[in-house]
Amino acid sequence: MAKVLEVRDLHVSFKTYNGEVQAVRGVSFDVNKGETVAVVGESGCGKSVTSQTIMRLLPSPPSMIKSGEIMFDGKDLTKLDEKQLEKIRGAEIAMIFQDPMTSLNPTMTVGGQITEGLMKHQKMSKEEAKKKAIEMLRLVGIPSPESRISQYPHQFSGGMRQRAMIAIALSCAPKLLIADEPTTALDVTIQAQIIDLMKELQEKVGTSIILITHDLGVVADIADRVVVMYAGKVVESGSLDEVFYQPKHPYTWGLLASMPRLDQSSDQDLQPIPGSPPNLLNPPKGCPFAARCKYAMKICTQEMPETSDVSSTHRVACWLQHPMAPKVEPPAMAVGGE
Amino acid sequence: MSASKNLTPELFQPAMIADSAKNQLARERVGFWKDAWRRYCSNKGALIGLIIIIAIGLLAFIAPAVSSYDYQTQNVKIQNKESFYGDHIFGTDKFGRDLWTRTWYGAKISLLIAFLAAFLDLVIGVTFGGISGYFGGRVDMILQRIIEILYSIPNLIVVILLMLIFEPGIVPIAVAMAVAGWVPMARVVRAQMLKLKSQEFVLAARTLGASHGRILTKHMIPNVMGPIIIAVTFAIPTAIFFEAFLSFIGLGIRPPEASLGVLLSEGADVFQLFPYQLFWPAVVISLIMLSFNLIGDGLRDALDPRMRK
Amino acid sequence: MSQLQTVKMETRTTSQAKKDVILEVRNLKKHFILGKNQVVQAVDGVSFDVYRGETLGLVGESGCGKSTIGRTLIRLYNATSGSVKFDGKDIYSLKGKELKKFNQKMQMIFQDPYASLNPRMTVMDIIAEGIDIHGLAKGEERRRRVIELLETVGLNEEHADRFPHEFSGGQRQRIGIARALAVEPDFIIADEPISALDVSIQAQVVNLMKRLQRERGLTYLFIAHDLSMVKYISDRVGVMYLGNLVELAESDELYDNPLHPYTEALLSAVPIPDPETARTRERIILEGDVPSPINPPSGCRFRTRCPKAMDICSQVVPTWQEAAPNHWVACHLYNDEAKRES
Repeated sequence: MAKVLEVRDLHVSFKTYNGEVQAVRGVSFDVNKGETVAVVGESGCGKSVTSQTIMRLLPSPPSMIKSGEIMFDGKDLTKLDEKQLEKIRGAEIAMIFQDPMTSLNPTMTVGGQITEGLMKHQKMSKEEAKKKAIEMLRLVGIPSPESRISQYPHQFSGGMRQRAMIAIALSCAPKLLIADEPTTALDVTIQAQIIDLMKELQEKVGTSIILITHDLGVVADIADRVVVMYAGKVVESGSLDEVFYQPKHPYTWGLLASMPRLDQSSDQDLQPIPGSPPNLLNPPKGCPFAARCKYAMKICTQEMPETSDVSSTHRVACWLQHPMAPKVEPPAMAVGGE
Repeated sequence: MSASKNLTPELFQPAMIADSAKNQLARERVGFWKDAWRRYCSNKGALIGLIIIIAIGLLAFIAPAVSSYDYQTQNVKIQNKESFYGDHIFGTDKFGRDLWTRTWYGAKISLLIAFLAAFLDLVIGVTFGGISGYFGGRVDMILQRIIEILYSIPNLIVVILLMLIFEPGIVPIAVAMAVAGWVPMARVVRAQMLKLKSQEFVLAARTLGASHGRILTKHMIPNVMGPIIIAVTFAIPTAIFFEAFLSFIGLGIRPPEASLGVLLSEGADVFQLFPYQLFWPAVVISLIMLSFNLIGDGLRDALDPRMRK
Repeated sequence: MSQLQTVKMETRTTSQAKKDVILEVRNLKKHFILGKNQVVQAVDGVSFDVYRGETLGLVGESGCGKSTIGRTLIRLYNATSGSVKFDGKDIYSLKGKELKKFNQKMQMIFQDPYASLNPRMTVMDIIAEGIDIHGLAKGEERRRRVIELLETVGLNEEHADRFPHEFSGGQRQRIGIARALAVEPDFIIADEPISALDVSIQAQVVNLMKRLQRERGLTYLFIAHDLSMVKYISDRVGVMYLGNLVELAESDELYDNPLHPYTEALLSAVPIPDPETARTRERIILEGDVPSPINPPSGCRFRTRCPKAMDICSQVVPTWQEAAPNHWVACHLYNDEAKRES
């Protein structure tokens, strides 16, 4: 399969007056053409920083790309200047954000915000762009797009705004769409609408999607592959079924076991992960999860485990994979569901 | 990695990680004010501003006292002497008074007026704004209409009228300025109160049955201190400027008393002949204004809760 | 209409007499006046009972009025109309000593762990606030109680003299729980206590709440939008839509046998973290958005999005009735008369 995006050993830090926060510490993953990759993790795990670094949206300073490369279309995005990036942003890589209220310009009509990109990137005339904008709004399921196009964002409801955002993002037919918690701010029933829409559009348009989320339910619904991040590192990655049915990293187990499931009875106790994530101002030298891990071994506190292959698509960074490590069975709740 | 070669089975024994390690605090222990001070110090401009203000303050209170000259004693033999004439660092004015002594004495008077005015602003503004914002509803409606009426009368007219009634002096000028100037403070406090009132920690105190007094003193006031301090810091240079303006047009401190406004006024009269007489007071007042604004900016950054997570 | 509801409620109370009702809510309304002719009907005629020692969950989407109910029940808002009885006493007529007692017996846990603790107070003073207000303890005894509470919620003595911003979200939520426990309440309203927390931390807080309930016999009103968590923690669940309670049943019953079309849609929309289930299950996708509570639809408020809407739905407000034992619903589909008419 053709690779659309390759992130290699990315390190991103922030300068704060307390010192350097190492938000992303060696992240690598690929995105293939037409697939959806979900990047999962808790707040502060570096998932949003990674996505914004791909778009090069983080102001520098305080952020710094310390090392690593982001290959997109044969170009290393970390090396491009602002002019070259402008050509890529919106046209080849588009982004939708968590909060549809704040990510639309309140002083510009929705139609204007779609045509702006089209006229800039696709050199369309005003008329063509308007036609295309109406078509896009219809595509994302906004009723009577001809009149909606001249309305302002505040005249749209939350769900409609997110649809409009998606229309803007997809208007230039980008190769890659980065969706940063696109449904988190929405109600469940609206969330279901948006997920359905994204799935449907992906089939029609064939865009690759990076979905940043903390919600494993949404992941199970839409993703092809999953990347689990913790404390700025990728701890496990694999196909959807591999990560959900044969998880290998204790953190993934913890995530799966700490969520109640609607389709299961509530007799089982939830198994929370004790403690809280480490401070990335001063990350631990071993595995960042060791302090919260039930299975932690001495080596875990001393050295970061290397990433090992479980299968050709499934990779995990955990010392339990080492031949010398004791065999450990994941908790029942983590691989439940069957 | 070379280390991976000398792994021993011993390393794969369970690690004993103390439970306490799992409950580590996310942040180190720093009190609010200490944290704010650290952030303030990281702002170079604000720090310089603070140093200048301290220096000017010390000079204003010490220099006239230790100087061998008096701010009002005239000496016709040394009229209008240039700066650095003998031990007259800033020179002398048209009556032969030592300008160094007069400038710092004037600065002292100006600072006193400004601090007094800002303090009165604070008292009236916090009370009025606090009541208006905390109780809301009809009380707020009435108090806000009063504020709007007051605000629609130009400050200058109010002050001039009051100055015609009072004898000019430090207290009357400060009172007159406070009468006209407390409205912005009240607005700041009211806005903060409205915001805080619906914060969950205030609601939590209410569900515990806390009285209005307790909520105000324990929960509201400590949390509006930051914005209040900032507002005061910006009120001081405004007051200094206003005092200077009043004295300049002859409504404020009257000669032979000195204030920065009086000195500027006198200096301006002879500006073309003896520019240094305008220069020194102008430098001092500019430094005071600039420094207070720098301090205010620094405090805003240091105390702004949005900076904190 | 409201009279009809009251009648129905009477029959219900008799059938439930064996259980000990701690909180009785009847036809509760809370309207906010925005301006001329603009009234937000945030809660519009809600009736339910909470039994001693149980967890009643309230779910619904944003703006459905679930948080307003919580705040009205604890007297942060005054009710527009309706009655609320706590331990048999009408809470809106409490005064003086009785009100103080009520403030002790009913407590609240808030949503935002960053806004719910006063940033200028130490953890000690935050937790001891209730103790101070009600004069429960002083000096050494006060300190001892606070430390005991800290340990109960999984923190320890060294945290007592620190400030809230030094703690993580989950730890702050524990402090909020300790503050509520300090006055030894019987009934705790938990208003979205976990929705601001990370998944792995949510389970910590939920387990803590469950343990406290076992140990102290607490009664919870658990308000949340996360249906899976509500179902997990609650004995019974009420579903709200646009200011109305549309369905109330035991949690497993509600999941296995939802009656109201909105509950069905809500259940089918909740994402399930299981790829196989996600691939196979049928979802009911509701059209459109929730209407404004300023001008709610006539009749049944859900009719504008309801896949099963009938003519009667726009004309008559459905009654709140017990369609099956302990299973309450407000929908014309379960109203035989209405069915016949249509």
